[in-house]
Amino acid sequence: MASTDTTRATGDTEPTGPGGGTEAADGTGTATVAAGTVSTATRKAGADGPAESLAGLEAGLDALDSAPARERVGLGRILLAKVVPPLVAIALVVTVWQLAAASDLKPDYVLPGPLDVADSVRTMWLEGTLLDYIWTSISRGALGFVVSVAIGTPLGLLVARVKVVRAAIGPILSGLQSLPSVAWVPAAIIWFGLTDATIYAVVLLGAVPSIANGLVSGVDQIPPLHLRAGRTLGARGFNSVRHVLLPAALPGYLAGLKQGWAFSWRSLMAAELIASSPDLGTGLGQLMENFRVNSDMSGVLATIILILIVGIGIDLLFFSPLERRVLRSRGLLVRS
Amino acid sequence: MTTALAKQETAAAAPVAPQASSPYAARIDHVSKSFGRPGPGQQLVLDDVSIDVAPGEFVTLLGASGCGKSTLLNLVAGLDEPSAGAIDVPGGRPALMFQEHALFPWLTAGKNIELALKLRGVAKADRRPEAERLLELVRLKGAYGKRVHELSGGMRQRVALARALAQDSQLLLMDEPFAALDAITRDVLHEELTRIWSQTSVSVLFVTHNVREAVRLAQRVVLLSSRPGRIAREWQIGLPQPRRIEDAAVAELSVEITEQLRGEIRRHGQH
Ligand SMILES: Nc1ncnc2c1ncn2[C@@H]1O[C@H](COP(=O)(O)OP(=O)(O)OP(=O)(O)O)[C@@H](O)[C@H]1O
Ligand SMILES: [Mg+2]
Repeated sequence: MASTDTTRATGDTEPTGPGGGTEAADGTGTATVAAGTVSTATRKAGADGPAESLAGLEAGLDALDSAPARERVGLGRILLAKVVPPLVAIALVVTVWQLAAASDLKPDYVLPGPLDVADSVRTMWLEGTLLDYIWTSISRGALGFVVSVAIGTPLGLLVARVKVVRAAIGPILSGLQSLPSVAWVPAAIIWFGLTDATIYAVVLLGAVPSIANGLVSGVDQIPPLHLRAGRTLGARGFNSVRHVLLPAALPGYLAGLKQGWAFSWRSLMAAELIASSPDLGTGLGQLMENFRVNSDMSGVLATIILILIVGIGIDLLFFSPLERRVLRSRGLLVRS
Repeated sequence: MTTALAKQETAAAAPVAPQASSPYAARIDHVSKSFGRPGPGQQLVLDDVSIDVAPGEFVTLLGASGCGKSTLLNLVAGLDEPSAGAIDVPGGRPALMFQEHALFPWLTAGKNIELALKLRGVAKADRRPEAERLLELVRLKGAYGKRVHELSGGMRQRVALARALAQDSQLLLMDEPFAALDAITRDVLHEELTRIWSQTSVSVLFVTHNVREAVRLAQRVVLLSSRPGRIAREWQIGLPQPRRIEDAAVAELSVEITEQLRGEIRRHGQH
């Protein structure tokens, strides 16, 4: 058993410790403590009392440890750095487009100008149908995505952690990712007819593999040290998955989710475009198909832009901030 | 005893010893370990190593790089199985402090400690105060809400020490925990470790290849030879704590042990 704890309140307090700096003074007040309790025979004469000198040392080290407060970046600078460049780029594209359209290279029904396109968006808006179209697609995409997460997550865990399962379906799963999901549309129509089931089947087949694969690569990239640390802390079975495996795999999993959303949205558009029928609600894909049937090029272009905006918007509003937050909280993202 | 601090309070008054039933905190009994498939390529890393760590004892394990120290600690921690021999840790799962801090970057310093408490079965309401007390024990009161990457190397090691202590194991395994630190920070952590050890009933098996560190800390120094790792020699260190790494007596013993270590390494150059 330990028998040495009595000698810690100790003797002479010459502040000889290196690096103690300004706080060496606080040790001098205690010089009255009986110096005889220390068995000085085995220690170098003149060695300072470890308690005092170390307290000073630690204060000094801690002061060195603590990082200086980070200066706040002004809102104006963020705007200037992050918002202005893409706006300028968009303005440039629109200008070139407008010039091309105005110079009558092609007839207007083939290449309408930005103003024509803006006009058809405004018409839809005034008809009050625009938000319905967008909402139909977004709600389908969101539902499909949520179901894909619910299927892809356990699937990814199984593939990542069970050797037999990985050997059996691992390659197929990553192969599926390179199969364009539009290829499923004809099959889905034959299976389910022109129904919502067709649309969701295509979305799931597009999104589930990329979510599962994201989780698998997230798990594969966990440093073995974390798993071993979890084991020594006593994390087994469910606890190990819940407290070590999933949080450690989170960055890869989030990347998979992000890609899964992109795939959901893409597959959804492919499905809506092909599986369009009056029985199904009109989403953006069907809207575009209707415009095409009517040879309304500015309507088609307007829809393309809306699809793009929704896809980018959800990523910017939801996935990117989430991913950045996770990476930053782990010190994996350096503020540039 | 339920918490590390409860132990701290009682340790000075009466050496309550739940492990009194067992004469050792860890028994490494004729353990051998080889890696690779049986055959010519097989590498014998540990050969017939036997060490008993007495309850409350502080043992340092000394040896050249690659002699199998980490392998041995992993075996004791139950992360790997010995090829021959047996390992017995009667006090339950030991706490292991890795050479790298091995803290979880997705948790704050405090939550890292609370996870250890949770996995040990500490009730939810008790975790936060206990984590804060442990942080105070390693003198990191203000670090509760800090992310791992916001801490300096020395602070991370101290949080890792606090997390290991949170396991409230009877046996603390430490694998070169201070090797990457500057000399001053290391001195401070030596002091803290000695203090914590002397205030609790924990037994420590501490791996290092720094001879002075071994002598500074231990009651007993065990020297491992290399390829295969065998026990070359043992020293009982009678010097009273607290010691300083620059103490003359520590230096004197270190010279003797270093000479032996050199001999062990030289032996390999001869064939
Ligand atoms: N999983 C493994 N597979 C094969 N060989 C291994 C494995 N782990 C360790 N070894 C070998 O065992 C020997 C001892 O390794 P170990 O990590 O225990 O050394 P160490 O004494 O801790 O060294 P250091 O002081 O550098 O940390 C080394 O030669 C290493 O190559
Ligand atoms: Mg090692």
